[in-house]
Amino acid sequence: MKAQAMATKTEPLTSHRATSQPARRPRQSFYRRHDGLILGGSAVVLTIVIWQAFWSAGKISPLFLSGPSAIVKQFWETLRHGTLLADIRFSGLNFLIGFGIALVSGVVLGVIIGWYRWVRLLFDPFLNALYATPRIAMVPMIIIWFGVGMWSKVFIVFLSSFFPVLINTVGGIRSVDADLLKAARAFCASDWQIFKTVAIPGSVPFILTGVRQGVALGLIGVVVGEMFGGSQGVGFMVAYGGQTFATDTLFLGVMIIAFAGIILTMLAEKLERRFSRWRPER
Amino acid sequence: MQKLEVEHLTKRYWLERYEHEVLALEDISLAVEDGEFLAIVGPSGCGKTTLLNITAGLLPYDEGAVRIDGKKVQGPGIDRAVVFQHASLLPWRTILGNIRYGMEMQKRFNEATMQERADRFLKLVGLAGFGHHYPSELSGGMQQRANLARALAADPVVLLMDEPFAALDAQTREFMQAELLKIWAQARKTVLFITHQINEAVYLADRVAVFSARPGRLKRVFRIPFDRPRTLNLKRDPRFLEIEDAIWQLIEEEADRIGVSSGAEAMAP
Repeated sequence: MKAQAMATKTEPLTSHRATSQPARRPRQSFYRRHDGLILGGSAVVLTIVIWQAFWSAGKISPLFLSGPSAIVKQFWETLRHGTLLADIRFSGLNFLIGFGIALVSGVVLGVIIGWYRWVRLLFDPFLNALYATPRIAMVPMIIIWFGVGMWSKVFIVFLSSFFPVLINTVGGIRSVDADLLKAARAFCASDWQIFKTVAIPGSVPFILTGVRQGVALGLIGVVVGEMFGGSQGVGFMVAYGGQTFATDTLFLGVMIIAFAGIILTMLAEKLERRFSRWRPER
Repeated sequence: MQKLEVEHLTKRYWLERYEHEVLALEDISLAVEDGEFLAIVGPSGCGKTTLLNITAGLLPYDEGAVRIDGKKVQGPGIDRAVVFQHASLLPWRTILGNIRYGMEMQKRFNEATMQERADRFLKLVGLAGFGHHYPSELSGGMQQRANLARALAADPVVLLMDEPFAALDAQTREFMQAELLKIWAQARKTVLFITHQINEAVYLADRVAVFSARPGRLKRVFRIPFDRPRTLNLKRDPRFLEIEDAIWQLIEEEADRIGVSSGAEAMAP
């Protein structure tokens, strides 16, 4: 209270005038504008330097941990031989197909389940049971069904991404603002019009949250699927590296997965922001 | 010519939680003339919003009749438009898009007419230049202007207003009341206006209907004699205060009768 009163006293009244100059962002130092990048970047660089120093000094057993230079070397060699790109392509394709099917079917089914109560009641027991089961428990079953080839991986990705997309879509459709529904009804909107103009646009932010979660879980799915069987892909690379104590291969695989995760999450967040331009700024 | 008629309207609710029936409105009869501004005041729980929802076609009723232009109300219709208490604007549409919304749903006008009307009513409510803003970028008062423009653009026979200024701060509310009268003078619609603020009702309306609480009954209708255009100064006129006081006493009596103080508190200016 006190602080507020003081603030009003010192503030010049003219600053509230609509006619005054548009407010300009106060000038900040280079550091203040990029502090996240500078601090975070230095921490990463420092960690790598220390790590490499220990590695070069021979203080780290290659059976236990790899070193930055060894990982880069491994990266370069597998890239030259073409095996790295083949692995990435295999995993990437599995991910894209599985996630694509999950996205389309998750949104479509989610909209139907969210909109029609009876469909929801019909599906609820199955969805709850499947949702509560860890997807990894189903992997052996899936391999029996689809074999150790590509399609078992695709299905595991699908299963991993499907639920977050579905459940968020259902949530979005069901949490339609009652005031907006009332307004639409008062203007004679038909069910179809309400669906198109209120339910769907209102669900977009929810669906995109589902996409973001689905991307993260789908990435886990692709790795897990390849670890359980098969002879290709980045997940296989990690599992193989682990079994043969080739820590450089293992680390390279983990880093590629981490990198893919960062890129995909960033894309999903960008998409989320793009579609919520109308939301109040936070 | 009567644009809105309510005849012996009775509305009962079944309260699931308490397993008994509530009489929300009992035997309401009133009529609003063409171009007339009728305000309904009453304590909270007097069923005034129920009456508006029934008139809007959002609530079913079984006894009595509500007619617009002689036609019985059965569900929402293009002859009515509602200005809601909460602006209820689609947050993902711009202000212009929101003003178009009612017309789009009602499918009465072609594209060119919709465009022209949206622009016209955007200007009429004083939002020129804000057409491409999103609702979240506007103040509460401006959002209510858009809410009003959306209803007016739909060109209803009767405009229904459900405490449209109740959620605004006191200053904005006064200002919006004056604005509403200016806009109404140009749009010349038949208006049913619900409020719990006596002074708002007296300032705006040609007639003020006072409702009693539990069950909602029409207690008395006051004719407001002041000429138009009215300015906010009118609120300090002794005759204005006299009418306001008479209505206030009527409602106070009512609160005493049913022994609820909360109802009277809600009426405090």
